[in-house]
Amino acid sequence: MSTPLRALLLTVLAIGGTFGLDPFRNYQLATAAACFAAVAGLTVLVGLTGQLSLGHAVLMAAGGYGFASAASAVDGPWPVALLAGLVAAAAASGALGLLLGAAAARLRGPYLAGLTLALVIALPAAANTLPLGGDQGVRAPFLPVPEPLAALIAVEQWHAWLAIATAAVAVTPLVMLRNGRAGLRMRAVLDDETASRLSGVDPGPVKAGAFAASAVPAGLGGAALAIATQQVTPGGYGLGFSLLLVVAAVAGGLGSIGGAAIGAVLVTVLPWGLDELAALAPDGLGRRLDGNLAVLLFGAGLIALTTAWPGGAARLLDRLRAARPLRLATPSTTTER
Amino acid sequence: MDRFVFLAAAGLARGAVLALFALSLVIVWRTARAVNFAQAAMAAAAVYAAFAVTAATGSYWAGLATGLAAGALLGAGAERGLMRRLPAHAPLPGIIVAIGLVMVLQAGLAIAFGPEHRPMHPPFSQRPFLIGGVPVLSPYDLFTLAAAAAVMAALALLFNRTPLGLQLRAAAFAPETARLLGVRVPRMATLGWALSVAAASLAALLLVPTELGLNPHAVDLLFVNAFAVAVIGGLDSPAGALLAGIGTGLLVSLVTGYVSASAAPLAVLALMTLVLLVRPGGLLAPKEARTA
Amino acid sequence: MSALACEGLTVGYGGAPVIDALDLDIAEGAVVALLGANGAGKTTLLRALTGLVPLRTGRIALHGRDLTAESTEDRVRSGLALVPEGRSVVVELTVDENLRLGGLWRHRRKALDAAAEDMYALFPALDRRRRAPGHTLSGGERQMLALARALLARPRVLLLDEPSLGLAPKATAQLLGVLRATAARTGLTVLLAEQNVTGALSVADRGVVLSLGAVAADRPAADLAADPALRHAYLGF
Repeated sequence: MSTPLRALLLTVLAIGGTFGLDPFRNYQLATAAACFAAVAGLTVLVGLTGQLSLGHAVLMAAGGYGFASAASAVDGPWPVALLAGLVAAAAASGALGLLLGAAAARLRGPYLAGLTLALVIALPAAANTLPLGGDQGVRAPFLPVPEPLAALIAVEQWHAWLAIATAAVAVTPLVMLRNGRAGLRMRAVLDDETASRLSGVDPGPVKAGAFAASAVPAGLGGAALAIATQQVTPGGYGLGFSLLLVVAAVAGGLGSIGGAAIGAVLVTVLPWGLDELAALAPDGLGRRLDGNLAVLLFGAGLIALTTAWPGGAARLLDRLRAARPLRLATPSTTTER
Repeated sequence: MDRFVFLAAAGLARGAVLALFALSLVIVWRTARAVNFAQAAMAAAAVYAAFAVTAATGSYWAGLATGLAAGALLGAGAERGLMRRLPAHAPLPGIIVAIGLVMVLQAGLAIAFGPEHRPMHPPFSQRPFLIGGVPVLSPYDLFTLAAAAAVMAALALLFNRTPLGLQLRAAAFAPETARLLGVRVPRMATLGWALSVAAASLAALLLVPTELGLNPHAVDLLFVNAFAVAVIGGLDSPAGALLAGIGTGLLVSLVTGYVSASAAPLAVLALMTLVLLVRPGGLLAPKEARTA
Repeated sequence: MSALACEGLTVGYGGAPVIDALDLDIAEGAVVALLGANGAGKTTLLRALTGLVPLRTGRIALHGRDLTAESTEDRVRSGLALVPEGRSVVVELTVDENLRLGGLWRHRRKALDAAAEDMYALFPALDRRRRAPGHTLSGGERQMLALARALLARPRVLLLDEPSLGLAPKATAQLLGVLRATAARTGLTVLLAEQNVTGALSVADRGVVLSLGAVAADRPAADLAADPALRHAYLGF
C-alpha cells in the first residue's frame, strides 16, 4: 500500500476515533497530534542523520507564531485563513530550520545540541525583542465548527480533526522522503561522512536539508497546537517541552515514525495522569509533585532506556536499512530490539 | 562614561564566573571527551546542599565546602554509575542520558524543596565601592574575582605541572597508550568529572547570591551562556574559556545596561553564531575542526 | 624460571579464532623473536598478553602469577610492558612528558628524574629535544621515545610490536642495538614481534614462528637464521 493511501486511511481512522471521546480527551488528542508531527520530524532527524536538536520546541513555536500572525491577518472564510496560517507556519519553521541546518552542518554532537539549547533559552528574549507579543504571546484565531457540522460535533472535536489532518499533511511527505533517495543519502552520511563524500554525496547540504525537513512538520505541529489552544506564548515552548519531545522520540525508538506516535501520546497523556495522581497527595506535597513527578519519571525512563539499550538507535537503523515497509508500531515491533 | 565603568566592572565579575563554568566544561571535555549537559543541574543540586548546610550551621564557609564536595561526589557518581556504561565513541547516548539526569535532578529538587526562590546571603557586602564617585566593584565582586582566579590558576597548575595532571591529560588524549603505561584510565575519567562538576559548583555558588534566589532552574542560563563561551573559545582550550568568558561577561553586562536585560541572551546567541560561521574551530582551538 | 607463559590462548572476534589454543613459555632473560606473515596473529597475541583484547579461553602468567583476570594497567604495574605498533607517542605531550609518563607509577620524584636522565643518556637524540611537542618528532625518534618510555618503568618483560616498521635501516640497527644491550645488561626478558626477520634473529636467541594463530616453528634463532630450508618453509624466503 502506498504511503499517501496508508496515511489517508490512518487519518480517517483517527478522525472516526474522535467520536468516541469526550471534549477533554479530544483536546488531548489534538495536542498529541500536534506533538506527533514535531516528534516525527525530530526522530527522523536524530535517527537518520544523528543530529540531536534540543530546540525542536522553538521550531514549533515558529510555526505557531507564523500561523497565528497569518491566520489573524487574513480577512476571509475560514478555509482561506487556515490555509494561509499553515503555509506561513511551514515557511517560518522551514526557514528557521534551514538556517539552523546550515550552521549545524559544520557542527557535530555536543556542539549542535548546545546551539539548539541556546536557541530555546533565547526564545523568551526573542519574544520580547521582536514584535511577538512578549511574554503574553499572540492570540491565534478561534476556528469555530463550520455551519453544516455545528449540530453534530463539539468544538474540541473539530479542533482535533484539524490537528489530525495537519499532522497527516506534515508527516506524510516526511515518510516519503525518508523512504526515498533522500533517506538513503541521509543514512549514508550518518554511516560514514568521508565515504559518502567520495560517492558524491556532500554531507553538508544533506544534513542541512534534513534539518529543514524535520523543521516543517514541527512548525505545522505548532500550528495545530495554536488551533487547539488559540494562543502562542514563549512559556509554552520552553526547555521542558523541548526535552519532552526528545523523550518521546527516544521512547518510540529513534527513526521510527510509528514510535513517534507512541511517544507523542506518552508525553501528552502521562503527565496529565501523573498530575491527577499527585492531586490525591496531601496538599503541600501534591503541589510540589504537580508537573514535576512526570518529569522525574520521564528522566529516569530516559536514563534507563539509554543505558540498557545504548545501541538502540543503531540497531533500529539496521532494520531500516533492510528497507522494511513502514508499519504502524504495534506492541511487538516497539518492544523488539 | 561612569555608566560604562560600572557596567564593565560588573561584566568583569560576571565574566569570571562564566569563565570558571566554561572551564569546567573544558575540563570534562578534555578528560572524558564528553560535554556534560547536566552540569548546571548538578551544580544547582550542589548549591542546594550548600544552602542547607549554611542554613543549619549559620556558616557560609561550611556551606561552600559542602557545595564543592557535593559537586565532586555528583560528578564522580555520574561517571562511575552511568557514563561509564555507555559506548565510548558515540556522543548521542551520553547527551541523552545527561538530559535524563537534568530532568531527574531538577524535578527532584523541585519536589524536595519546592519552586520558591530562596535568597542566599553572600559573605561580603554587595554594595559597590565608589572610586571618584563612580560605583565600581563591590567586596563580593572582588571575592568572586579572586575565588574564580585562584581556582582557575590551581587547575592550570594541576593539569600542567603535576604528575597527576599529566596522567589526566594522557588518559584523555590517548587512553590505550596511557593504560600501557600503567595509568589507571577509568580512575582518571572519574577524577576529571569530579573536578569538573566541583568547579561548576563553585561558579554556581558564586553566582546565585547575586541573582533573585536559589531555585531548581537558577543555573540554567549560566549553563547555556557558559556553553556558548566554551564553544566560542574552543572546547579544547582553557585559555579560550578564560578569554571568551571575560569577553562574554562584558558583552552581556553592556547589552543589559544599554539595551535591555532580555536582549542579552540574543546577543550571546548572535556572538556564538558569528564565531562559528567565521571560525568553526573556536577562537583558540587547535586546527582540528569542530567535529567532536 | 618462566617469565611469561600462556596456555591454551584463544582469541577471536567472532567466527574463526585469530589465535588458536596457543601455548608459549618464555624463560627469564630470554630474547624471543616472534615471526610470521601479516595476519598470522603476532599483534593480536601481544595485545592479548597485555589485556587489550579479551580472551575466549586460556591463561596468562607472569613469573608464575596468573594475570588473566587483570586489567591492562595492572599488568603493566606488575612488570609487563608493551611498545605497540605504530604511532604510540602521545602527540599532544612533549618528549619529556611522554618519557616521564612511563615511569609515574614506578618511581617517586627523585628516582624518576634519575631514571629519565638514564634514558636520555641512552638516547641522545631525545635528549636534544626534551621540550619538543610529540608531533614534531620523526618516525625514528618516535620509536626511540616509545622504547625509552617503556624501559623507564624497568619492566621485567618487554613486548615489542614491529618496532622497526617504517624506520630506515640505520635507525633500525640503532634501536635493536639498544634493545640487545639493555637486555644483556639488565636481564630483561624480551618478546619481539617483527617482519624484519634478519634484524630480529640477530638480536634474539630463540625464534617462534606463528602461522594462522598457532605456533608453526619454535627453534633457536641461530638455526632459523642459518638454515635456508627452515627459513623457506616457515618464513617464505
